[in-house]
Amino acid sequence: MVVAVAAAAASSTRLTCALLPRQGLHGIQEPTPGLQWTNKKRCCTRKAGPTITAKLELKPPPYPLNALEPHMSQETLEYHWGKHHRGYVDNLNKQIIGTELDEMPLEDIIIATYNKGDILPPFNNAAQIWNHDFFWESMKPGGGGKPFGELLQLIERDFGSFEKFVEEFRSAASTQFGSGWAWLAYKANRLDVGNAENPRPSDEDKKLVVVKSPNAVNPLLWDYSPLLTIDVWEHAYYLDFQIRRPDYISTFMEKLVSWEAVSSRLEIAKAQATEREEEEKRKKEEKEVGISDNEAVEMYVDSKSDDSEAE
Amino acid sequence: MALRSVSRKSLCLGLAVGQVRGLQSFSLPELPYDYGALEPVISKEIMQLHHLKHHQTYITNYNKALEQLDEALAKADSPSIVQLQSAIKFNGGGHINHSIFWKNLTPVREGGGEPPKASLGWAIDTQFGSLEVLIQRVNAEGAALQGSGWVWLALDKELKKLSIQTTANQDPLVTKGSALVPLFGIDVWEHAYYLQYKNVKADYLKNIWKVINWKYASEVYEKEIP
Repeated sequence: MVVAVAAAAASSTRLTCALLPRQGLHGIQEPTPGLQWTNKKRCCTRKAGPTITAKLELKPPPYPLNALEPHMSQETLEYHWGKHHRGYVDNLNKQIIGTELDEMPLEDIIIATYNKGDILPPFNNAAQIWNHDFFWESMKPGGGGKPFGELLQLIERDFGSFEKFVEEFRSAASTQFGSGWAWLAYKANRLDVGNAENPRPSDEDKKLVVVKSPNAVNPLLWDYSPLLTIDVWEHAYYLDFQIRRPDYISTFMEKLVSWEAVSSRLEIAKAQATEREEEEKRKKEEKEVGISDNEAVEMYVDSKSDDSEAE
Repeated sequence: MALRSVSRKSLCLGLAVGQVRGLQSFSLPELPYDYGALEPVISKEIMQLHHLKHHQTYITNYNKALEQLDEALAKADSPSIVQLQSAIKFNGGGHINHSIFWKNLTPVREGGGEPPKASLGWAIDTQFGSLEVLIQRVNAEGAALQGSGWVWLALDKELKKLSIQTTANQDPLVTKGSALVPLFGIDVWEHAYYLQYKNVKADYLKNIWKVINWKYASEVYEKEIP
């Protein structure tokens, strides 16, 4: 997926029209008004002349369509990537052209149209584009084997052993009833309650988790960093495995997973988590400085009560 | 016919299990026509997989979950009782829905696709304008359904009204309203059409009307509204 227009440039043209909350993926979540998304083209008066809209493009997998044979057939890739994934891209472009979602980064479109669960029509297409990009990159020809380095260490720390992780991942993938995905994700230092601050944050709070999600939902929505995914929609495995989803999952784990991709995603996730922590610490310090100024003022205002107590 | 031995075998197993606790065990209902009888609308390969594998798997897992529920109830093990509900809903729903589905389809030579007459035909014309409009709307609902699920022509037996409903995954129609009776359902899980139609769900929906068993739908309708 290639988005031609930078988000920063777009924001200045949107001040007058969109009620779209500026939620960065890792920004502090401010209370958001309802997303005013409609089918009608926005009346925003942009500059005169043709509006340049960013058309999302279908990104190819990082290998030829027959490269995963015999574990995932070329025919599957031709349909899965060439028809399903392409369809999501084409349909999303049709849905967002001329709206405030146009020109937004894909991850922002996903979060905005998820709309805290009150899903808007472009969500399914947007999220599925992201999910499939992520899925192709989670595999490689000659994949499988075991993870290495820090990733393996964390897996062993958080699951007990690599085998136990595989068991949990397979279980999630098999028991996602209906369509959906199973994930390995990095969950950084957050309590599960909104607005709560973890009073004693430590590195141990950050951990790897296995989660599953229905249909187009993905862990970005829960503020996790996805590291690995397997598509368990039937179209992902039906031509090659028919009903035998467990065999598909085994083949994926043993022959297709790209642990390199997972490792590099982990690096990025950890760096982002550290960056966010530092930013939150900075913000907290700024807030505290503000409070102590206020307290000083109150001391002077409250001098009357001191006199009455002295009596 | 191979079918009979399958169902007899599972019936025997079912009874053997059932008799221990008096627990009802479910078995695969026979398909009312040959596996290839719905061609070219639905291929023999799909019918075999769908009936002998998918439906059978729902039944197997349904029975297993019910057995586990029985044990949990006997031990008053509430966490297990509650935890088993999703497996029961999913697999039991799958059994319910597919049992209805096989009856909703019939070969062309046995009346598949023949438009409804009498009271159901009249109700459709009154409430939707025409059969074509109904078909269009069912197909639109089916196409728009994200993920896995079913589209239904439902009869609200209390309000005596028809409606088009969708359910997600294997949720039975009754989860949309306790008074709703399914006149027919169309399975829009990918396994129902993928080997033949691939990603083109719309073609599957367009074609399935050629084998819809309107006679059966009318029988169900007339039973509720005599």
